[in-house]
Amino acid sequence: METFDPTELPELLKLYYRRLFPYSQYYRWLNYGGVIKNYFQHREFSFTLKDDIYIRYQSFNNQSDLEKEMQKMNPYKIDIGAVYSHRPNQHNTVKLGAFQAQEKELVFDIDMTDYDDVRRCCSSADICPKCWTLMTMAIRIIDRALKEDFGFKHRLWVYSGRRGVHCWVCDESVRKLSSAVRSGIVEYLSLVKGGQDVKKKVHLSEKIHPFIRKSINIIKKYFEEYALVNQDILENKESWDKILALVPETIHDELQQSFQKSHNSLQRWEHLKKVASRYQNNIKNDKYGPWLEWEIMLQYCFPRLDINVSKGINHLLKSPFSVHPKTGRISVPIDLQKVDQFDPFTVPTISFICRELDAISTNEEEKEENEAESDVKHRTRDYKKTSLAPYVKVFEHFLENLDKSRKGELLKKSGKTLCLSLLSS
Amino acid sequence: MEFSGRKWRKLRLAGDQRNASYPHCLQFYLQPPSENISLIEFENLAIDRVKLLKSVENLGVSYVKGTEQYQSKLESELRKLKFSYRENLEDEYEPRRRDHISHFILRLAYCQSEELRRWFIQQEMDLLRFRFSILPKDKIQDFLKDSQLQFEAISDEEKTLREQEIVASSPSLSGLKLGFESIYKIPFADALDLFRGRKVYLEDGFAYVPLKDIVAIILNEFRAKLSKALAGRSPTVWRTARSITTPTVRSSSPRMSAHHMVAIVGFLKRYTTHTGCGWNSLYSHREEVAKSASVLTARSLPAVQSDERLQPLLNHLSHSYTGQDYSTQGNVGKISLDQIDLLSTKSFPPCMRQLHKALRENHHLRHGGRMQYGLFLKGIGLTLEQALQFWKQEFIKGKMDPDKFDKGYSYNIRHSFGKEGKRTDYTPFSCLKIILSNPPSQGDYHGCPFRHSDPELLKQKLQSYKISPGGISQILDLVKGTHYQVACQKYFEMIHNVDDCGFSLNHPNQFFCESQRILNGGKDIKKEPIQPETPQPKPSVQKTKDASSALASLNSSLEMDMEGLEDYFSEDS
Repeated sequence: METFDPTELPELLKLYYRRLFPYSQYYRWLNYGGVIKNYFQHREFSFTLKDDIYIRYQSFNNQSDLEKEMQKMNPYKIDIGAVYSHRPNQHNTVKLGAFQAQEKELVFDIDMTDYDDVRRCCSSADICPKCWTLMTMAIRIIDRALKEDFGFKHRLWVYSGRRGVHCWVCDESVRKLSSAVRSGIVEYLSLVKGGQDVKKKVHLSEKIHPFIRKSINIIKKYFEEYALVNQDILENKESWDKILALVPETIHDELQQSFQKSHNSLQRWEHLKKVASRYQNNIKNDKYGPWLEWEIMLQYCFPRLDINVSKGINHLLKSPFSVHPKTGRISVPIDLQKVDQFDPFTVPTISFICRELDAISTNEEEKEENEAESDVKHRTRDYKKTSLAPYVKVFEHFLENLDKSRKGELLKKSGKTLCLSLLSS
Repeated sequence: MEFSGRKWRKLRLAGDQRNASYPHCLQFYLQPPSENISLIEFENLAIDRVKLLKSVENLGVSYVKGTEQYQSKLESELRKLKFSYRENLEDEYEPRRRDHISHFILRLAYCQSEELRRWFIQQEMDLLRFRFSILPKDKIQDFLKDSQLQFEAISDEEKTLREQEIVASSPSLSGLKLGFESIYKIPFADALDLFRGRKVYLEDGFAYVPLKDIVAIILNEFRAKLSKALAGRSPTVWRTARSITTPTVRSSSPRMSAHHMVAIVGFLKRYTTHTGCGWNSLYSHREEVAKSASVLTARSLPAVQSDERLQPLLNHLSHSYTGQDYSTQGNVGKISLDQIDLLSTKSFPPCMRQLHKALRENHHLRHGGRMQYGLFLKGIGLTLEQALQFWKQEFIKGKMDPDKFDKGYSYNIRHSFGKEGKRTDYTPFSCLKIILSNPPSQGDYHGCPFRHSDPELLKQKLQSYKISPGGISQILDLVKGTHYQVACQKYFEMIHNVDDCGFSLNHPNQFFCESQRILNGGKDIKKEPIQPETPQPKPSVQKTKDASSALASLNSSLEMDMEGLEDYFSEDS
């Protein structure tokens, strides 16, 4: 993957929005089958243009209108907001107080900077393969809960383009949820509490809720490789002192000694587990459980969510297939079946796919000089020729599920009893 | 509509019909009352219920809710005031009826401001929680069914499948087995308070809730419904008004004259022009939007707001027993500016004492501090002229240009006295308002020291005020238990050297008044309260006199409405 030059953005975006952005799938998503009138037309978009010019309350009549405007304005960033009571681009004409946000997907934003206190390899906007596992674990933990605990069926996970991931939950009932319930969901999913001034951020009670237990089981699969090898969290005194701050002082001396005698983090972790569970057994005679061990694992690995992103119905979030202006990477959907293999460093940049397109187009032109293919047909196939294709496929799979659900709902309502599998044929 | 007393009494239900209308000793107040009652009973019921809710509030502050002491004291209050609370062998109809009607009357009185609404809802919830807690298990399912709450218990098979998970999730369940515990399966969004704290097992979008926790959910639904009813132009509000007439009053009390009848009629006529808003489902966002829109319209509850006839009655209720707002002044101008320094150490609550000190030291206060302290000073009796002089003198010491003061700050002071702009006479902040809104940031001195100060700093402050170490530690304990106002009461007791301050603190000006009362032996600079803090039983005749004199003073406007009287009665439901 070549390095990306931000100064090329205006030209690259022009090409991207003309030939590569998957408009028809995008529209298919946000239109939600056209079941509710004006659902797409009342959706707010915001654009960030060149020179950081930010414009809100953009809305469009249909797919073609969307295409034209995006090509005209060439936005550096696109955000998606709520579905309002009126067309957002006419909000100034609406009586005061009548223009209200009504529905929106439930969204989550997980950002690597929120883990700076527990990752040793990078900080701030940087990421590397060693810490990306945090995102993998976060996706697994949150997605399991959204699916199994809350029963949410349509969850789209998207790479943010730089240092995190977003999740869009698009079920019909979810889009209608109130701010209070959204906050409640984030609270349910939160375990790591406290800012810089708090050393120990995870406290477990004697009763371990199934959500916590299942999350720990997920973390266990990654912990050794991620924390003990890659992050090496017990590598030296400086790093293991941080862990000691999370366990009672009474066992510090014993741990310090055994740590000094050990050679690597794996051995030290084994010691810690033994000492901690012995301590636990002594003070809680009948309730056995490796809480200390789990509390450390959770503090180092459990997802950290930003509640403000999720609770507001009118909150604007970066759109899938938007370009990240600093890295050039496309915000691509993540295939949940292959989440362990997802590598943010192989996500195509806008310059890369534009170059791919150029190369292919030149070849094609040479081959198809005589055929008069329409521009539109070109455009709708163009992304397929680039590295963007597999990601659009993931998106399409997500859209098919939405369609199936919708059809199922309509059938239920009309009282027919066709088998769902017949629909997809 | 009946006019004679005898006929009216016949309207009352008899025997089985009575039990059918109130099958349980508690209720959710879903239907407003539809019978006729007299104005006297209207007043008495209202006052009794206010007494009850005030007791609920006091007990909730003095004891931990749910403890034996709390329960037994609350039960005796209910018994004393003859409201329903428990099934017993005696005739249950009357207490349940009183409970029903009085609740709806208070809705009228307490829907008028956010603070009143919040107070009312809080006490009603605590009351319901108590009643539910003493409801026997076998009665619970029946009550739920009758109250239109669709909570279905799951089968034993389903229970066994999830036994471990349910037990591990619910703090209210001890032990490892479910046994005979009923578990209810409800959509997760209906169990918000449970799932947000991970106190319930969730599976595929449903919460598996043990019976004990269903209570929390029910209370939440109750709160939401009540909140909505109070804020909106709900049908229940005006329907209640319609049910109030005075057919028998003429005969039972000479003071209750046609004036009252006409007053009620006028009130009802205005109300019939209002339409109610509908109920939506509890957790969709759209209905929250509708609620906020209806809050806007609650301000236009004009009949109550501008009705000079019923207004005194309802105001009388809400002001007397939830505490006054200290905006009316019986002792304006009785304080001189040079007394303030001394008063601040002797009679000011800590919040105002610290504001005064900061003002003297810095010759400046930020907006939040100016509002909180300025209105307090108005409440203790400073005139506008005194206030202007006071602030200007201090600010000039801080090297402020006198002209700048006149241009910027004096306008605001005049505004808060109601002499500028929309001329609202702003009322001094109550404790609740200070504690709950506008927390102070760096450089601010307003707020409540017990709520907003770091415990260490608070301790130092109290030491500098020469409070004994024993007193300080008691205060800090109360602060830890978030009993901020009780902590302030303790401070009061310490600086006045009394064992029991004798009042339930909810307003800084109240602190000042009570302090002055003790220091001056009950004379002079104290406020003249409309009612004492602890509700005292008064003969109903006197009550009537108060209300009727207020009403009777508007003879001329009443005369005109007499004409519409016949029409109203003929169109009656």
